[in-house]
Amino acid sequence: MDIKLRGVEPTDDERAAVDALLGAPSSSWELATVARARDASDLHVAHGGHAQRARRHLLLPALHAVQDRVGWISEGALDYICARLDVPPADAWGVATFYALFATAPRPKRVLHVCDDIACKCRGADALAAACEAQLGAPWHPPEGESVAHDPDALVWMRSPCLGLCDQAPAVLASEAGDPPRERLIGHATLASIVGECAWQEDDGASRLAIPQRGEPGLALLARVGVVDPESLDAYRASGGYEGLRRALELGADGVLRELAESGLVGRGGAAFPTARKWEAVARAAARPHYLVCNADESEPGTFKDRVLLEGDPFALVEAMTIAAVATGCEQGYVYVRGEYPLAQRRLERAIAQATAHGLLGDDVMGRGVRVHIEVRKGAGAYICGEETALFNSLEGLRGEPRSKPPFPVQAGLFGKPTVVNNVETLCNVPLILARGGAAFAQVGTPQSTGTKLYCVSGCVQHPGVYEAPFGITLRELLARAGGPLPGRTVRAVLVGGAAGSFVRGDELDVPLSIEGTRAAGTTVGSGVVMVVDDTVPLEPILARIAAFFRDESCGQCVPCRVGTVRQEEALHRLARDASPDARSRELAILADVGVAMRDASICGLGQTAYAAVESAIARLRLFETEPR
Amino acid sequence: MRRGARLYVVDPRRTSTAQWADVWLGVHVGSDIALANAMGREIIHAGLANASFIAHATSGFEAYRASVEPYTLEVGEALTGVPAEVIREAAHTYARADRAMICWTLGITEHHDAVDNVLALINLSLLTGHVGRWGSGVNPLRGQNNVQGGGDMGALPNRLPGFQDIHDDDARARFDRRWNTTVPREYGRNLTQMLHAMETGELSSLFVIGENPAQSDADATHVDALLRGLDHLVVQEIFLTRTAELAHVVLPATASWCEAEGTVTNSERRVQRVRAAVAPPADARDELWILSELARRLGHDWGHPSAEEVWNELRALAPNFAGMSYARLEALGGIQWPCPDESHPGTPFLHARLWEEPRGGPAAPFSVVQFEGPVETPDAEYPFLLTTGRRLDSYNTGVQSAGYRSPLRRGETLDISPEDAARLGLVEGDLVHVASRRGRLQAPVHVDRALRPGLVFMTLHFPDDVPTNVLTIDASDPKSGTAEFKACAVRVEPAAREVAGDVAGDVPDRTLVPGD
Repeated sequence: MDIKLRGVEPTDDERAAVDALLGAPSSSWELATVARARDASDLHVAHGGHAQRARRHLLLPALHAVQDRVGWISEGALDYICARLDVPPADAWGVATFYALFATAPRPKRVLHVCDDIACKCRGADALAAACEAQLGAPWHPPEGESVAHDPDALVWMRSPCLGLCDQAPAVLASEAGDPPRERLIGHATLASIVGECAWQEDDGASRLAIPQRGEPGLALLARVGVVDPESLDAYRASGGYEGLRRALELGADGVLRELAESGLVGRGGAAFPTARKWEAVARAAARPHYLVCNADESEPGTFKDRVLLEGDPFALVEAMTIAAVATGCEQGYVYVRGEYPLAQRRLERAIAQATAHGLLGDDVMGRGVRVHIEVRKGAGAYICGEETALFNSLEGLRGEPRSKPPFPVQAGLFGKPTVVNNVETLCNVPLILARGGAAFAQVGTPQSTGTKLYCVSGCVQHPGVYEAPFGITLRELLARAGGPLPGRTVRAVLVGGAAGSFVRGDELDVPLSIEGTRAAGTTVGSGVVMVVDDTVPLEPILARIAAFFRDESCGQCVPCRVGTVRQEEALHRLARDASPDARSRELAILADVGVAMRDASICGLGQTAYAAVESAIARLRLFETEPR
Repeated sequence: MRRGARLYVVDPRRTSTAQWADVWLGVHVGSDIALANAMGREIIHAGLANASFIAHATSGFEAYRASVEPYTLEVGEALTGVPAEVIREAAHTYARADRAMICWTLGITEHHDAVDNVLALINLSLLTGHVGRWGSGVNPLRGQNNVQGGGDMGALPNRLPGFQDIHDDDARARFDRRWNTTVPREYGRNLTQMLHAMETGELSSLFVIGENPAQSDADATHVDALLRGLDHLVVQEIFLTRTAELAHVVLPATASWCEAEGTVTNSERRVQRVRAAVAPPADARDELWILSELARRLGHDWGHPSAEEVWNELRALAPNFAGMSYARLEALGGIQWPCPDESHPGTPFLHARLWEEPRGGPAAPFSVVQFEGPVETPDAEYPFLLTTGRRLDSYNTGVQSAGYRSPLRRGETLDISPEDAARLGLVEGDLVHVASRRGRLQAPVHVDRALRPGLVFMTLHFPDDVPTNVLTIDASDPKSGTAEFKACAVRVEPAAREVAGDVAGDVPDRTLVPGD
């Protein structure tokens, strides 16, 4: 490509980080500048073109490599990546600046990402942020101007959207660039636990896997979590692992699809689409190759179940993806893991390596001549990449902007090819279905919502955590399992389905948590978020936080969402300042108008649901009908 | 390319096009025949020649085979600079491709052996059968929207409209009858020959239509002197070009692409209608009107035919265009010639006859061509090879493009390799003196790794500021008359450093003084 580089050299560290991923450059044409003497072959030959541009999908990993090693992505590093991958710098800049975890201005190596999202807000996040500010100064922001003094060894902090650690709120992600980089999710964070050396200790996730239901009989998805060593293939097999894949290879692709259809499994990511239909469409698609993608970009505020599965039972996902690949004719699978889940990523990579070493993945799976490879790709802080087509773009090295549908992923997904894309929880049901049979699976739950569901209970309850229960359990029963409200308090509202879901009142707790039950009650199971707000927590700041979240996470591609999320947040702020009846009716009209425009005209689910929680707070909680406190 | 077509670019510079390529072959300037012959030999020796096509449709293969035999891959590497393995790979890829096409522009034709260069490429297409089929062929890409149209209309010294040879008695007779005159049987002069005729005094009057030879031709100082020495120079133009400034009479014309009716023919031989979209400036006249008036005042009253009437006369005389009525051109959005009658859909590609059973028409001949290299090569006194070309945002001498601003336009520079720049102590923007055996100029340098040591590059886009063609050589191809713009030897010396900051004010030198 005729790219225009700016002639800035990368540092040795930056070059080494990129080369570790891409290999050493094959000629001086892959360098951003004439940094080394050109030999005769450089002067008379250059290879590139399709082969080089086909590596575009390595852009995100390359940006990660530099970010992880140095702590920020300099112009020289970006130029070098661009020269290696034949990507125009403006294009790569657009990608680098798309993601919240990348810094494109000098930033110290050690950063604390302090969650101030809803669940953490309910459990002291604002106080923690205030303490950070007192100890470490104002949150870090990109320096302005050309030459800003930069202390790479300073410790800085930033506010962060939901880190997926809502059951241990408040949550912090500590990250330190280097070789190797160190990253750790810290639950029940206090100032003392995040500013000292302890923040950088090795993370075994043990406290997080001590889930409330640990070891209970009758668990399906959570059976191994906190019980079976998640880093041991032998332990996984000893607890029934890989029986599903063995049966799948015996049944063949058609047999697997039959079992799946019989199970009635529907997607657990929020859309509840029948998984068998998705798989059949890809299995039948004539275009080749087929791709398999696991959406592990769990970033719906209040959702943390996939992290628990990834950290606590990573082999289950690897087995599930292998079955999916066998059933749909995919040879290459990708797991796109949220950038904020370092331990999940490590465990998954370890599981893939072990499975490959033991012939359970690779060119000849279980000696059956089936070829399946799985690669882990790391997100970089973008809620929108949980949208499946945005995720494809992100995997392809583009900005994570959703695509218009149709074509649907089963027709033209990753790299324009037929693609199966499923959520972690959905896939983890698959080995169970194969091992026990689709019919047995369908016995659990309700007729239209089969199986069990993972619920992410957080906020003002006694025992927050991930809970597995059959579809159809009522909200009241679920909250009872979580110990009910904190002592002396009452449930004011429950946010079901996350920021994209809706509030139900404390007197509506008998709604059955099934696809059809929540739909009848005008809400949604969504990703399984059950976030409890009690009478001590003011709701207006929570709505403002939700609105700020959508405004920040809107990819900006389509106007209704880009403009609408800003207008919505502005209206909520005005309402907070002026609650007169006139102002209320004016602002509520604006909110409704903007909300309808976003729902009807946005390209993807982000904009379409950006008004849902606010709307439910107005309609069900009647939030703005009484004088605000 | 977005659909997977592979691109090999042969160019001494790693141009922006080359940067898109799967493989760039950075040949030495003027070594194209060596590359083509080495590829041809490799294709033959690897058993990849299309034997049945060669037998069916070509002639002269044995002589060709013998002629390329000395061009081993190693010889190819020595002559072109491109590693033998890369030449081999290019040869195999081309020969094995389902469909392959060779496209070129002035890098092939602005040499003293231009025709031989083209013949060498044609040999490759005959050798492999990549001709006469959809997606194959040899294709000279045109640099302007209507270069092809100029040729179509007979603006060539040896052709009547529709590429009919002036030596073709039947064709000439048709024109004689229609025009009620006698078309001379002799070929006219091409541009190079005209310049020589001006030098000898045989040619003393010149009528120039839409061309700026004062700045576009090689060895510009010399051309300028020749134009000044003419008895009578008439220039028909839409701009007051440097050539027009020298003219005794300037005939302001309408812009043919927006102020006049007519047709253009693009690079794929597709004839399209052009319509007047805006009114011309007050004194500008339609070119048909100008020519008809000239004829009338010279004693031949042609009346004032419309563009369509002229076109229909052409259709009656040139079988290639016979089926292209204005109505059909409009209805079909253009038609590719040949289009012999009004039921004919046009011809997307040529030479399909070579595949017919039995073959239509004569066999396509292989040609024996040998590598010669540029007329002038670097030596101790002039150690650099200067090659000239174009930049994306500018057009030839700037007559059509200098009138608007472009964010890409940097003004003229001498592009030089980083290695040479370092050796000469030059940094971006430094002024240098550039001298050839014919002339001398000043220009700022642009350090560009697209160049290799020993090779420098300039364009003719800013002749008022940097008259590049005072440097170029007046060697030309005897067969086509094209000048060797692509290669001459120059010397590069840093100019005084203190003027480097004032490039814009210092460089413009509107008088062309030989030697400096």
